[in-house]
Amino acid sequence: MAQTATTNPRQHYFVPQPMPWPIMGSIALFCMATGAVFVFNSHHGGWISIALGFMILLYMLFRWFGAVIGESEAGKYGKWEDVSFRWGMSWFIFSEVMFFAGFFGALFYTRVLSVPDLASLESQALLWPNFTAHWPSAGPAFSEKFSPMAAWGLPAVNTLLLLSSGVTVTIAHWALKENKRAMLSLFLFFTVALGVAFLAFQATEYGHAYSELNLKLSTGVYGSTFFMLTGFHGFHVTLGAIMLSVILVRCLLGHFKPDHHFAFEAVAWYWHFVDVVWLGLFIFVYWL
Amino acid sequence: MSAVLDTHGQAHEHGHHDQHGGYGGVMRWITTTNHKDIGTMYLWFSFIMFIVGGVMALVIRSELFTPGLQIVNPEFFNQLTTMHGLVMIFGAIMPAFVGFANWLIPMQIGAPDMAFARMNNWSFWLLPFAASLLMISFFTPGGAPGVGWTMYAPLTVQQGMGMDFTIFAVHLLGMSSIMGSINIITTILNMRAPGMTLMKMPMFCWTWLITAYLLVAVMPVLAGAVTMTLTDRHFGTSFFNAAGGGDPVLYQHIFWFFGHPEVYIIALPAFGVISQVIPAFSRKPLFGYASMVYATSAIAILSFIVWAHHMYTTGMPVTGQLFFMYATTLIAIPTGVKVFNWVATMWKGSLSFETPMLFAIGFLLMFTLGGFSGLILSLVPIDIQLQDTYYVVAHFHYVMVAAALFSAFAGIYFWLPKWTGKMYDETLGKWHFWLSTIFFNMIFFVQHFLGLAGMPRRVPDYPLQFETWNRISTVGAFGFGLTQLLFLYIVVKTIRSGEKAPDKPWEGADSLEWTHLPSPAPYHSFETPPVLK
Amino acid sequence: MASKSAPPGTRSVARSIKGARWAALLAGAALSGTAVAATWNLQPPATVIASDIHSLHEYVMLLVTVIFVGVFGFMFWAIFAHRKSKGHKAAQFHENVTIEIVWTVIPALILIAIVVPATKVVIAQKDTSNPDITIKATGYQWKWGYDYLKGEGAGISFLSNLATSRDQIEGRASKDGNYLLEVDHPLVVPVDKKVRIVTTGADVIHSWSVPAFGVKQDSIPGILRDTWFKADKTGTFRGQCSELCGKDHGFMPIVVKVVTEPQYAAWVAEQTKNNAAKK
Ligand code: HEA
Ligand code: HEA
Ligand code: CUA
Ligand SMILES: [Cu+2]
Repeated sequence: MAQTATTNPRQHYFVPQPMPWPIMGSIALFCMATGAVFVFNSHHGGWISIALGFMILLYMLFRWFGAVIGESEAGKYGKWEDVSFRWGMSWFIFSEVMFFAGFFGALFYTRVLSVPDLASLESQALLWPNFTAHWPSAGPAFSEKFSPMAAWGLPAVNTLLLLSSGVTVTIAHWALKENKRAMLSLFLFFTVALGVAFLAFQATEYGHAYSELNLKLSTGVYGSTFFMLTGFHGFHVTLGAIMLSVILVRCLLGHFKPDHHFAFEAVAWYWHFVDVVWLGLFIFVYWL
Repeated sequence: MSAVLDTHGQAHEHGHHDQHGGYGGVMRWITTTNHKDIGTMYLWFSFIMFIVGGVMALVIRSELFTPGLQIVNPEFFNQLTTMHGLVMIFGAIMPAFVGFANWLIPMQIGAPDMAFARMNNWSFWLLPFAASLLMISFFTPGGAPGVGWTMYAPLTVQQGMGMDFTIFAVHLLGMSSIMGSINIITTILNMRAPGMTLMKMPMFCWTWLITAYLLVAVMPVLAGAVTMTLTDRHFGTSFFNAAGGGDPVLYQHIFWFFGHPEVYIIALPAFGVISQVIPAFSRKPLFGYASMVYATSAIAILSFIVWAHHMYTTGMPVTGQLFFMYATTLIAIPTGVKVFNWVATMWKGSLSFETPMLFAIGFLLMFTLGGFSGLILSLVPIDIQLQDTYYVVAHFHYVMVAAALFSAFAGIYFWLPKWTGKMYDETLGKWHFWLSTIFFNMIFFVQHFLGLAGMPRRVPDYPLQFETWNRISTVGAFGFGLTQLLFLYIVVKTIRSGEKAPDKPWEGADSLEWTHLPSPAPYHSFETPPVLK
Repeated sequence: MASKSAPPGTRSVARSIKGARWAALLAGAALSGTAVAATWNLQPPATVIASDIHSLHEYVMLLVTVIFVGVFGFMFWAIFAHRKSKGHKAAQFHENVTIEIVWTVIPALILIAIVVPATKVVIAQKDTSNPDITIKATGYQWKWGYDYLKGEGAGISFLSNLATSRDQIEGRASKDGNYLLEVDHPLVVPVDKKVRIVTTGADVIHSWSVPAFGVKQDSIPGILRDTWFKADKTGTFRGQCSELCGKDHGFMPIVVKVVTEPQYAAWVAEQTKNNAAKK
């Protein structure tokens, strides 16, 4: 079954051997889910289960991706497989887009429909006296004072950081195609660093929100949409940064060729996706 | 789609020695990357879930046999309703069709396997764990969630930890569906044998391509919806809480943005199966292939803009009601095109009525009936009368049991010879069809009457005037359930002692799995692409 | 329904089922013990909207029945005339643009014929303006609260609980004719007056529904929604909560007593007096 994809690109498609990692992933997720339910409901043992699941997950990812990287470096993936990877990654990113679309939908709905509706005259008369429609709003029953997150402080800096990281990763890609390895690694490193800086600022911003602005996850629907949207985005930046780091290490190990480096491209696509989501966030969550 | 090919010889070369890559016994099934193994597991899993969900339905029906509370208490009744819906949709019907997709798509397009064979394994192996999470919720304090499969807020906020288990189960189910769909899309777009153009693919592949697209688009939205439920429950967010500026109806919008495409996710692969079966037994090519493709795409696109027809009674503005009413009724047009095409395929054919064809005809009649009740529900004023009554229950069981489940039966009888290399017992198959059809209508036809007369759904008890139809329905349910034992018997009998099946038992079948592969299909098929003219 | 005034004995089937559930079920006892007069259509309308809904339903049913018979007439014809066992040879045509256009356009026209009358009813149904009386209906787990807000009777408010006894529900007593449809304090409204119902929920979503009026409106916590009816005859009209709201969702009926105007005035006077006495 040895394949020389070069001779006839559509003669043999690489079909991997059986392996136990997938089910291990399921076990890991199962443990983490059960653990999380326990934690949420203040039962004992939840964290242990989460930790266990997480370790299994890490091990599984390590072995599974290890196998894939090995196969890739062994030249088992030709043009045909490469196209599959491209479709696969594109549709995965599409699914992520839809995930964020759900949360953006919630944001628009509350801003355009539910908050004004709660402030309608009859609603004021019968249910929520004195509530007026404005955004940001934490809803009619929220009595504490809070301040919204201003757009032109840290968030603007973060926008710059992410946008530049989009540029650096593109430069790295260009370098890879030109086979300029040092430049590749350097700019990849810049990208990771910018991502990490972004996350650090984001953490600072959250701290600021909680300690000074009295802006919390539980600050009505403004807090909910703010933290869920930025939080899931931050989570994706974290994933992206980890993936970039893996790619960086692989670059340092001499992986990838100018004409064959799909893993690099996949991560770059993902990074751009995270970038675009951030622009949406900046405009609709912080700015407008 | 005729072709000349060498696969017979080539397939046998790969004997049984290297095929499981070193693992034997259970480990073979756990680790397998073979689309046929995975397809088989999906199908068995789905059948087990069908029984689990079916037993829940029987308890529901028993409680509803007569007014008053007899067997279960109201809390548990609601839990059963919820789990019956979730298990049947996510556990029984969807995996059944993914099972078909796994078995058939690579063979029908001449591919060696699915594009991502390992991820395929994971898509399947997430399911038993998700199902366990669902079942565990029954044993938690407070039991499983009693909120209906639609999980409307803020009732979900009141539930015990069973709700959290269900939420995570939905996450895993979603992951499984997304990975499965990415795999199917990639396989179809990238793995077709040379010459197998998109417009030459069997209709089943087309319907799955579009279904998979729908899945990738809406499963993440469902994940988002239940995640918001989770944070509303535990982290003080106010997405669905008016006091904090949110709105319980927001949940419904997000849910149905997923939920309506979901019903076509169930229906489209069923359409695909029927589009293979009817031409085969009519001995005549599918009528209007191209228009079938366009109609299916039109259904998929329209399905994104009709969701609020589930929400007419939430009190949206009149413009909203009208928009969603018009959009919904439009779906009747492409769906009608499909129905007419199937009938036109039969017209002037040379028809024979083996079990798969019987189920296909049953599908046609009862799906159309269910479609018409859907059309009636889509009209705002009538829906105001009927929403949340048994009329809706009747509607969706017609489209999901008589349409989706019946087409799954049709598909199983149709491909069983290819899968197992053995023929099923035709007489018993026919019995299965007739009994299923009679009992099915006994359960659900009368529920239209109940709904029209105003019996609400999701109630453990009801006023006296609804008794007669409920009794008929309950007896029908037990009959239908028993009939499915006959089905199990037929399948097991086929596998163990069925007669040897020819490579192409159906005269009119013309896709690659019939024309290019022996029965049973070899473990590895089309390792080198078939040559198509 | 014959069982309305049925003596305890008639309900024995239910109890024997409870005892020997499965045996009795499979013995086909399904129909014994119930009256033949089962309801199978929409409840008799008591408002213009409800009768509009009736006619709309009949009209659409007629259309779809015709389509059904037409389409499957062809299919059954094919099944009988073009079967292989009769030696029919398959034709090989598989496309015909004309017919495909025809069966796209005709359904479109039928749909237009359906949505036009439907639209009229929707617009009428949504018009809650200029009511004579406005009442707020609040859904609680698991009862209804009514507050008369505007019009004659403004200021009256009370809760409306299920009046059917636990004993009847659990099979220790025989079931009354209005089993599960009886409340302690029905909503009382005058005939021929436009009554606007404003719904809201106290805890979870419920739905305020009276089939004879063609009315169903979710009552959503923290949110106001409205609907209306104008009953054209006196009588007692019954409905049930129509959105799953937890364990006793099946046990929170809605009962509306439509009375003549003098009777309504008397009722209002009595309620106001009672309220004053309580204070
Ligand atoms: C396989 C699943 C499936 C399918 C295919 C459909 C198909 C349709 N459904 Fe259904 N539906 C469900 C599953 C499905 N549904 C479920 C699960 C629910 C309830 C969920 C819950 O609340 O729990 C539901 C509920 C539901 C509602 C909400 C009811 C309520 O809660 O108040 C409505 C309202 O519009 C609706 C409408 C329709 C329509 C218009 C179609 C159309 O697609 C039907 C189109 C088909 C035809 C019309 C027949 C064939 C056409 C012709 C022969 C052409 C000529 C015809 C004409 C010109 C009329 N459905
Ligand atoms: C595809 C999905 C699917 C399928 C196949 C079914 C199958 C059946 N369903 Fe349905 N059902 C739903 C999807 C489905 N359902 C959904 C989504 C809901 C809404 C839930 C909600 O409101 O949230 C619902 C709700 C629902 C209700 C309303 C509950 C309520 O509102 O409280 C009822 C009541 O009659 C019902 C009945 C049945 C019956 C009798 C079957 C039968 O077809 C089942 C037959 C199968 C078996 C019986 C099991 C197999 C056989 C054996 C195990 C052998 C042993 C048998 C004997 C000893 C007799 N279902
Ligand atoms: Cu209140 Cu259902
Ligand atoms: Cu729908």
